[in-house]
Amino acid sequence: MTAGSAVETAEDVTRGSAPLWRRMARTPAFVAGTVITVSVILAALLAPVLATHDPAAQNLLGGLQGPSGEHWLGTDQLGRDIFSRLLFAARTDLRIAGLAVIIPFVIGVVAGTTSGYFGGFFDWVVSRVVDTVVAFPFYVIVVAVVFAVGAGEKGIYVALALVGWVTYARVLRATTAVHARSGWVTAARGGGLSHARIIGRHILPNTLTQAIVLLMNDIVFVIVAVVTLSYLGLGVQPPTADWGTMISDGQAFVATKWWLSVVPGAAVVYTGIGLSLLGDGVADVWRVE
Amino acid sequence: MMNGSLRWLRRTALRVVPVVTGVVLATFFLLRLVPGGPAAAALGDQATNEAVAALEAQMGLDQPLMTQLWSYVSGIVTRGDVGTSLLYGTPTSELIAGRVGVTLSVVALAVLLTLVLVVPLAFAAALHKDGVVDHLIRVVPAIGLAMPTFWIGLLLIMVFAVNLGWLPAGGSGDGVRSLILPAVAIAISMTPVLVRTLRAQLLEVLDADFVATLTAAGLARGRVLVHVLRNAALPTLTLFGLNIAYMIGGTLVIERVFALNGLGALMFESISNRDFPVVQGVALFCAVAVVAVTVATDFLVDRLDPRSRLS
Repeated sequence: MTAGSAVETAEDVTRGSAPLWRRMARTPAFVAGTVITVSVILAALLAPVLATHDPAAQNLLGGLQGPSGEHWLGTDQLGRDIFSRLLFAARTDLRIAGLAVIIPFVIGVVAGTTSGYFGGFFDWVVSRVVDTVVAFPFYVIVVAVVFAVGAGEKGIYVALALVGWVTYARVLRATTAVHARSGWVTAARGGGLSHARIIGRHILPNTLTQAIVLLMNDIVFVIVAVVTLSYLGLGVQPPTADWGTMISDGQAFVATKWWLSVVPGAAVVYTGIGLSLLGDGVADVWRVE
Repeated sequence: MMNGSLRWLRRTALRVVPVVTGVVLATFFLLRLVPGGPAAAALGDQATNEAVAALEAQMGLDQPLMTQLWSYVSGIVTRGDVGTSLLYGTPTSELIAGRVGVTLSVVALAVLLTLVLVVPLAFAAALHKDGVVDHLIRVVPAIGLAMPTFWIGLLLIMVFAVNLGWLPAGGSGDGVRSLILPAVAIAISMTPVLVRTLRAQLLEVLDADFVATLTAAGLARGRVLVHVLRNAALPTLTLFGLNIAYMIGGTLVIERVFALNGLGALMFESISNRDFPVVQGVALFCAVAVVAVTVATDFLVDRLDPRSRLS
């Protein structure tokens, strides 16, 4: 048994993986996206090492300083070091966005696959729920749910889980339905395979790449949503450093200390471009439309 | 003709009735997500049990769930209203009616600006495929997607209000002038994705057989493009219908950046005041507005497209 699967993997490597690596290296969007994304993740992981100051340490006499040798990007209204806060904010926002994108992915894949495969009444219900969620403007329903559940990390997870799954459910429902109605599924059923086995071993491998490409696009959207909610005071709560609250803190000084809002916003854009390029690159490499 | 309208009406009703039902149920059950219940949350930690019970009775929360649902639904059907504001004591529909004008003006202006930006750019990209504009249009969306709308708004304030002094930085006091920057922010955030989609649709139209036929028949390029434009108008309309929800949501957020006194301000005020019925009302209103726009664009597309009268 072990020997059998080992042979299979070795075969997979020679047959599939080698050209895949070459395809990755030859896709500029994939390479650029990986470089940017890895740099942000490294900055987040190494924040305690790279930071020049304690991100929460206040110095009320040294507030709103411009960039200097001591404070590379200056200080905020409470005299906290902006460079250090920027790094720790990457930690907060990436962690929240990472979790907040996984939950809807799982719910959406399960709901979309089952409703597309089995059809019938369950499918009707799922589709109507999807229609309902889509009818709400994204920021209206997300803000309303975060408000109801309570501002903060938990609110973000609940809101994005309730709203975000519809994208995956819609797409997977459509592709799964096509497979489910094709001849080979009937043949597999006739051959005695269970529904679970057909879905798990034969349908999901066909649909999951598309779902992962969607996830790569979605994560940019989720990071922007997390930052927006925090900007609105509904997301990450002070004193935890996050890009959204940093931008919102800086807004009061927009006329004189423009960099207070521009720098954290630029960090969001840099991260988003990296993930967006990576998403496009993954789609190119896997040739998913 | 009559037949077509009836068919359209039936098809629309079959889609709209479940969605509106779903939207009403969703806003109703929104309050059930509140830990400890909305009355306790509205009054805060210091509230006595008696005060909470009194407010629950006032909000009807002590009734059985089905009774609450019934009065919620009948309130919407008979008065177009989800309840009374806890803070102002006025019906939520009155509060919404008082604020909706600003929001609608920003959305309308943003739609207009987006059209002005998107249509020429998409045409330039599609007509000169693999040209400069076309390449830019494939790169820029990555940046556009990554920029939070509120941050675009802040950048616009820095450049056009603080540095150049052309337009006000916030507030509604300056008439249309105070709506321009918010609308531009939304238009900029919508444009990248819409250009990409419209470009793809234009390429499809340009690829259609009739374009080759007209060109082969010796029609001037300009005359051919008029036909392309007519065929591309419908996908553009549909595209706007599909994106109106996101635009409305973006407008509510951008109102906060520019201190505009519209629905967004009402929603965020009500959130700080824990005025649950108003938040429910705004959410319901926005969703119904989106459904209405979707139906309207669907109707227009159906009307404008002669092909829909066949079959």
